Amino acid sequence: MNEEQTVIDIRDLSVTFHRGRKPVKAVNGVSLSVEAGEVVALLGESGSGKSVTMRSLLRLHPKGTDVTGSMTVSGRDVMGLSTRELGQLRGATVSMVFQEPRLALDPVYTIGQQIEETIMRHEKVSRQAASERALALFQKVRIPSPERRLKNYPHEMSGGMLQRSMIAMALACNPKVLLADEPTTALDATVQIQILLLIRELQKEYGLSVIFVTHDIGVAAEVADRIAVMYAGRIVEEGRVGDIIRDPKHPYTKGLLGARVELAHGRDRLVTIPGSPPDLAAMPPGCAFAPRCGQASDICLRDVPPLKPIGETGNIACIQYA
Amino acid sequence: MRTVAETTIPELPLGERGGPAQPLISARGLIKHFPVKGSGFLQPKKVVRAVDGVDFDILKGETLGVVGESGCGKSTTARLLMQLIIPDQGDILFDGETVGGALPLAQYRRQVQMVFQDSYASLNPRLTIEESIAFAPRVHGVPQAKAIARAHDLLHRVGLEPVRFAGRYPHELSGGQRQRVNIARALALEPRLVILDEAVSALDKSVEAQVLNLLLDLKRDFGLTYLFISHDLNVVRFMCDRVMVMYLGKVAEVGTREAIYENTKHPYSAALLASMPKMDPAERTEEPPLSGDPPNPIDPPSGCRFHTRCSMAEGVCSATPPPLAVVSSEQRAACLMSVPGSGHSHAPKPAAELMEA
Ligand SMILES: Nc1ncnc2c1ncn2[C@@H]1O[C@H](COP(=O)(O)OP(=O)(O)OP(=O)(O)O)[C@@H](O)[C@H]1O
Ligand SMILES: Nc1ncnc2c1ncn2[C@@H]1O[C@H](COP(=O)(O)OP(=O)(O)OP(=O)(O)O)[C@@H](O)[C@H]1O
Ligand code: SF4
Ligand code: SF4
Ligand SMILES: [Mg+2]
Ligand SMILES: [Mg+2]
Repeated sequence: MNEEQTVIDIRDLSVTFHRGRKPVKAVNGVSLSVEAGEVVALLGESGSGKSVTMRSLLRLHPKGTDVTGSMTVSGRDVMGLSTRELGQLRGATVSMVFQEPRLALDPVYTIGQQIEETIMRHEKVSRQAASERALALFQKVRIPSPERRLKNYPHEMSGGMLQRSMIAMALACNPKVLLADEPTTALDATVQIQILLLIRELQKEYGLSVIFVTHDIGVAAEVADRIAVMYAGRIVEEGRVGDIIRDPKHPYTKGLLGARVELAHGRDRLVTIPGSPPDLAAMPPGCAFAPRCGQASDICLRDVPPLKPIGETGNIACIQYA
Repeated sequence: MRTVAETTIPELPLGERGGPAQPLISARGLIKHFPVKGSGFLQPKKVVRAVDGVDFDILKGETLGVVGESGCGKSTTARLLMQLIIPDQGDILFDGETVGGALPLAQYRRQVQMVFQDSYASLNPRLTIEESIAFAPRVHGVPQAKAIARAHDLLHRVGLEPVRFAGRYPHELSGGQRQRVNIARALALEPRLVILDEAVSALDKSVEAQVLNLLLDLKRDFGLTYLFISHDLNVVRFMCDRVMVMYLGKVAEVGTREAIYENTKHPYSAALLASMPKMDPAERTEEPPLSGDPPNPIDPPSGCRFHTRCSMAEGVCSATPPPLAVVSSEQRAACLMSVPGSGHSHAPKPAAELMEA
């Protein structure tokens, strides 16, 4: 396998929803590429557009949503796929794990039945073969007493066990890409670390390309090779995980890392970012972070800073580095 | 009947009668079991042992953190303190007086307020935020004009300018702003203790930092005491003076922040702390500190409830429930390794044996 091969390539993606009175531009010119076997964490606060970016890769938006830009996954142009091809992409090439597995699973079928169905929908195999594979997958994600657990309904499982089941189902058709949307946010710390390590291990074994959405920098540090920081629908900084954590450059990333409670030892107050993110239906004309940024100048209020390379491996969208 | 002495000595305000060394709250032997739906008919009645014999103190002016896995009984403990539910057994003492005994329930209720995680569900959507904040004082007989004036003061204190925010409805606020309103509302009756049950968990990190700063300021300015429930061990470390670790309805360990974070004496606390994601990608976690999920609180393991997952467990652990043993003046741990002569190979020798040796 060619290590340098780009598996996911998003170019200038914009997504606009038309629901309420004003259109909401949830994603605003996002470009992101993920190599084979690479894990990229999409880090950002609530409403910054992480989930919308990810759902775009499977064209999971409601009718009437404006999507512009281009996206390729394993060399296939996502925007040009027919409905049938899209069905093949979802689940077979690209699979997804969500924050709330209970919502993604059907309550009236056993977990085993649902994994078998997934396999048989994408491949011409007998139920017998599909059920053997389901068992192997359950062993792979280390669910105790797998034969018995395959016969469980979703409500009979704990959150951690359900998330393992979701991962088993996601791997059922040997995907190339795993999209994980906050898969551990709802879990206890002790179970969260189990699932993070499981994802890391399977990612290596299967050579998966992963986009891992999270708002927790610590989680990103545990799983990702690279971090892309989103703010108000745009990627504002992107680079290797160690570089971002040790030496953040964008004022927003700096603020986010500086507000961490771990840094407050011996201090009686936290350093904070003033204000709150902008309304996506009424975005300021220039840099979206300008109203909260201590270094903002007149240009910042006028022009949107483009994402530009910095150093060997990073990119940043701030006029201070233009 | 009042004696002469009682009427002539001016009464100290509630919460200050016992002096600074008297804990503000003492929970003694709290037990709360919930019946399981569908059990009891043609089959033995089952209960969830949500809180199963819990003792702790909350000292005046401190922040006591409560941590532990989902379902270990943190919120149930909070609801017992709030008197939202009645314990099956056990007592709550407020400044040394038994609640519902020497201290009438109504007087106690005003002293304790709570802020929940879900900032939206806790506010009435049909009331403006000034009305929401003034509501409880109105019920307690404060005149309308005075209650509203105080609501404005509180809005100002939590960083929401009354001219802009007082007339808004909950849906016109962001999550962080709504949580500020909930905090203002909790303070409206001038309580001594505020219980914060995952109060910042739903907020974004940058907003969370703002609200934590606010909580620290309010605590100082109003002389408050906090019970701070959270699953974020970093936040607890920042906010709390002492920390209580719970496991399956029991206290596993309690002690000062330093004792728990730097010198834990309980294998569960140790595993919980080791499960925190590492911020350095060069030092990633290699092995999960704990395997499996927490056991079912309907049928908890015998002896030490942690023995099914504990890396230090020995035969004696499944037979003997560990008492909450004093480890030092600032720490107590429910582990047989801290109980002299318990039979665990790591336990200290009992004093008598040491003398003989
Ligand atoms: N189907 C939709 N119709 C209208 N607006 C939407 C839709 N889906 C998302 N949005 C809006 O787009 C914005 C970005 O949402 P998105 O779900 O991507 O955020 P996120 O970064 O994943 O946040 P979170 O951390 O809360 O999950 C939000 O303001 C959201 O309300
Ligand atoms: N009203 C109730 N009826 C039946 N069971 C209940 C009730 N309230 C709580 N429980 C159960 O009691 C146990 C303790 O619940 P509690 O809400 O106190 O846990 P917690 O530590 O706050 O968990 P979390 O971190 O998920 O908030 C759980 O098993 C829960 O399902
Ligand atoms: S472009 Fe200007 S406003 Fe935006 S982050 Fe950089 S300095 Fe701040
Ligand atoms: S009593 Fe035994 S099982 Fe319980 S925590 Fe201590 S060593 Fe582990
Ligand atoms: Mg999301
Ligand atoms: Mg709770």
